[in-house]
Amino acid sequence: MKSTTTILKRELRGYFTTPVAYVFIVIFLLLTGILTFYMGGFFEREQADLAPFFFFHPWLYLILVPAISMRLWAEERKTGTIELLLTLPISTGQAVMGKFLAAWAFTAIALAATFPVWITVNVLGDPDNGVILAAYIGSLLMAGGYLAIGSCISAMTNNQVIAFVVSIVGCLLFILAGLPAVLDFFTGWAPQAVIDTVSSFSFMTHFNSISKGVIDLRDVIFYASLIGCFLLANTLILDAKKGE
Amino acid sequence: MIEIQDLQKSFGDFRAVDGVSFSVEPGEVLGFLGPNGAGKSTTMRMITGFLTPTGGGVKVAGADVGADPIAAKRRIGYLPEGAPLYPDMTPRTLLEFIAEVRGVPASERRARIEKVVAQVHIAGVLDQRIDTLSKGFKRRVGLAQAIVHDPEILILDEPTDGLDPNQKHEVRQLIEEMSQDKVIILSTHILEEVEAVCSRAIIITHGKVVYDGTPQELKERSPSGRLDEVFREITTAAAPALG
Repeated sequence: MKSTTTILKRELRGYFTTPVAYVFIVIFLLLTGILTFYMGGFFEREQADLAPFFFFHPWLYLILVPAISMRLWAEERKTGTIELLLTLPISTGQAVMGKFLAAWAFTAIALAATFPVWITVNVLGDPDNGVILAAYIGSLLMAGGYLAIGSCISAMTNNQVIAFVVSIVGCLLFILAGLPAVLDFFTGWAPQAVIDTVSSFSFMTHFNSISKGVIDLRDVIFYASLIGCFLLANTLILDAKKGE
Repeated sequence: MIEIQDLQKSFGDFRAVDGVSFSVEPGEVLGFLGPNGAGKSTTMRMITGFLTPTGGGVKVAGADVGADPIAAKRRIGYLPEGAPLYPDMTPRTLLEFIAEVRGVPASERRARIEKVVAQVHIAGVLDQRIDTLSKGFKRRVGLAQAIVHDPEILILDEPTDGLDPNQKHEVRQLIEEMSQDKVIILSTHILEEVEAVCSRAIIITHGKVVYDGTPQELKERSPSGRLDEVFREITTAAAPALG
């Protein structure tokens, strides 16, 4: 645990000693602003909620989160620092966890930086702040899911571009899992149980209910187990690469 | 202290390390020699737990690197090939990080870091970003992180590569000072270095140990008393006949 915290601190500090953090946060705020106010029709709707703000998060994260996660392991491999990191007296799992938590904490900071939207809606009207809080939690959980997938994919390569592109595709599958385009692929030959299982993996399904203010334990468990599975795969991949 | 038993590593069809066995005791400075691609770095990577052997095993201070990697890694200080370091950190933050992960108690950290900074002469660049440092400084920061926790075992992959003659001399002196109570394994291309600092030399080529003895004995094998001649003779004689 202590080692994980040490890795977490180093990683998180790393975001802010490079322009990565500032560029990311500025772009993130810019895009959420454009999407919420122009495409989401925040004012035109004349409703005191943040639905247009959260509506775009799954799509925004699709591009932005892989940009964070692509470097997690691919960069360590490229610069050779992975050899420094993995010969420290820590387990591979602790290294994976430390790096993941730092990335997650960083996205939490970026998400927290969107607070002016929250202030705006409170100035203009009388929103249900409980719903807004739930949606923020749901958004953060979803970001964690994207990050875990991206981190796992980043561990497979030393090329950040490959990690970025493959992570987008990987996350996209989880967004689309609930949509007919993907389910059609299974219908006809797979049993209904498989189709139900596939659709239950959709990020959208689990995010939509939370963003309406309902924190269902099943949704939380979904994200927690998704993150757990991908981080475990991440650890196994790193250990397998040692034996290659 | 370090026991290596029939160590093997294959990358696909290529046998990088092919049945290497030796053991090293405290007080010994073992020079690892061999042509490029002979398997020196691969062997070191297996000792430090960065690579998993295809066969055989390594024991570090009684701990099996495969079964109990954390106990083994705790005893080791390691300078990987090319001295990889986090480019966005400064030598100070890097040393603080390594000291913390390597379990140097918070109360002793400052003193330990001050000591190694003086030992490798990096006080002047302590707060500069590592990616702005020269190759020689980077190598010395790499060396500092390897010794910051005062390990019993030091594995140094080409510690003097990229240093100028004066810096090489300093590093050799440092290795000599530390050799009293430590096990040190270093790899090098520089034959005089082996003569200057090592109490034992192992020559490895095509993944096999082809010489294990003192540098002095090695030198005596050559009629002209030149190390590079013996080295060439040993390493080329063992080469498989080419088509």
